Amino acid sequence: MLNNPTINSTISLPKTEFDTLLAALRELGYQTIGPRVRDESIIYTHIEKLSDLPQGYTSKQGPATFRLVKSNHRRYFDVIPGAQSWKQFLFPPRTHLFTVEKVERWDIQPNAEKPPRYAFIGVRGCELAAIEIQDRAFLRADFHDPVYRARREGLFILAVNCLHPAGTCFCASMGTGPKVQGGYDLCLTELEDTFLIEIGSELGRDVISRCQYEPASGFLQSAAAKGLERAAGDMGRHLSLDDLPSLLTDNLELEHWDEVGKRCLSCANCTQVCPTCFCWDATDHTDLLAHSTRRERVWDSCFNPQYSYVFGGNTRPTIKSRYRQWLTHKLGAWKEQYDTFGCTGCGRCITWCPVGIDLTEEIAALRKEAQA
Amino acid sequence: MSGAYKPKVAVYKFSSCDGCQLSLLNLEDELLDLAGAVEIAYFLEATRAEQPGPYDIGIVEGSITTPHEEERITEIRRECKLLIALGTCATAGGIQALRNFTDADRLAENVYPHPEYLHYLTKATPISEHVQVDLEIWGCPVNKYMVLEAIAALLQNRKPNFPPYSVCMECKRRGAVCVLVSQGIPCLGPATQAGCGAICPANGRGCYGCFGPWPGANLESLAPALKDLERYPGEAMRLLRNFAGYAPAFRKAADSIKE
Repeated sequence: MLNNPTINSTISLPKTEFDTLLAALRELGYQTIGPRVRDESIIYTHIEKLSDLPQGYTSKQGPATFRLVKSNHRRYFDVIPGAQSWKQFLFPPRTHLFTVEKVERWDIQPNAEKPPRYAFIGVRGCELAAIEIQDRAFLRADFHDPVYRARREGLFILAVNCLHPAGTCFCASMGTGPKVQGGYDLCLTELEDTFLIEIGSELGRDVISRCQYEPASGFLQSAAAKGLERAAGDMGRHLSLDDLPSLLTDNLELEHWDEVGKRCLSCANCTQVCPTCFCWDATDHTDLLAHSTRRERVWDSCFNPQYSYVFGGNTRPTIKSRYRQWLTHKLGAWKEQYDTFGCTGCGRCITWCPVGIDLTEEIAALRKEAQA
Repeated sequence: MSGAYKPKVAVYKFSSCDGCQLSLLNLEDELLDLAGAVEIAYFLEATRAEQPGPYDIGIVEGSITTPHEEERITEIRRECKLLIALGTCATAGGIQALRNFTDADRLAENVYPHPEYLHYLTKATPISEHVQVDLEIWGCPVNKYMVLEAIAALLQNRKPNFPPYSVCMECKRRGAVCVLVSQGIPCLGPATQAGCGAICPANGRGCYGCFGPWPGANLESLAPALKDLERYPGEAMRLLRNFAGYAPAFRKAADSIKE
């Protein structure tokens, strides 16, 4: 046991001590959120202890398919997560903004609910990169989103290095993983008998100092490094970025846009599972006589025709035009807008598209036609 | 609003199971407000008291399946300023429209000892095939809050705020796991109008499409994909020919993947 862990140092936390870590976070006032098995998949929800995690599972992922596989191993963080991302906690799918009531005059009552303080347990490199991309949309110098900021500022992040990427992963192409790139309080690499943990912040240091940890031997650290190197070569997908964004912005009339427009369902699943997509709508719910109106913010999508409806008509009336808008934003205009791509290579849009449209294949097909 | 004119509402039943009328009565918390805002002038499922027409709002449950119903809906249209079709029987023919895909006379002979006493039409059809309908509320049964929203919108002279997208939106917003992707279950969610809150997928079942096709549905792509997921021959076609099977988009899609 060491007395004084330092920021940027790596320690070894016996797996049996993980419950102490979670308890320490709760003592500090955090709700601990992590991956759990539910409904043949993995969701992010409240966890209390290590045994709540999906021990022994992996996931087999491909276009339009996710299968949870029970394996013989005893590791907790091997399963690449399901459709849900951390987005749902920082940018909730449904938020009550305010209520307007007519008593004698109109009275606006903002939602006074105290924002929850979350500790995210098991944030992948691609997911942490996605949170930082949403920061650029919601936490601008000239504007911030109060709902997002309240949740983001109180956030504790325990990140996880990915050692077993899935079939739709391509974080190595996007430079966001499998090794987490920073921005965490603690970052964990799971080895057979222990968790190697890098300390990324003062808060992370405080939490670790409440646990019974051990020094991380050179042997353990090199095992983790080797695992990460292997994982980088195990990506199920690859995306070449060399000619982006111009490949998209210069080729808006390729025939392949028509082809993918025929397959796309415009169901919006890709945008709902995407950890960077941030579109929303505000809807009013009135009582019968409109004496009380409740305004809610809900997730929206550029795939919904109503999203691009402006008075008198729709600027993107076809599925083709909406798919093209989405892809040219993600891997094109986003770069100019936020100085980053809007994709982190998590692969969710490929796995959770009901007809298995694969962004990496669409880019390859567009490139082939553009170069022909 | 006290003393103000209260619109007169009539609720009618045609061929249906009464479930959608019940969803009106199930508005327990809102029923008093509703009775305060409108005058329920004709609603036999709720009260024997009848007030004569004309009515401001007519709400029609059920589909047209008999010659008598064909005549009656025309009379009802005349006595109602606005006509709302309530539930998927009224908007697409409902489950009884399964007869439209087969020989109704042969069915009658097989089921009834004296089919000659029956007076039926060979097709069960939505209200809009007979008279002009001003608003359709889909669902089997309808979502009672959509009915309330429709009435609120009429009282406030605005468009009802109905969700204009697929069931997948509601499924993802509530954090349900996609049954199509995680279990390979055929699901009509991507082609179905939202409004139910994704009840079936959230309970581990594929969407039955009872809210009907959403206007942007791409069934040319979804129908063959569902066929690839079939667990027994004809499953995808039967899924499409279900509660809302007579809705034109579902009908066409089912025909396109028929053996």
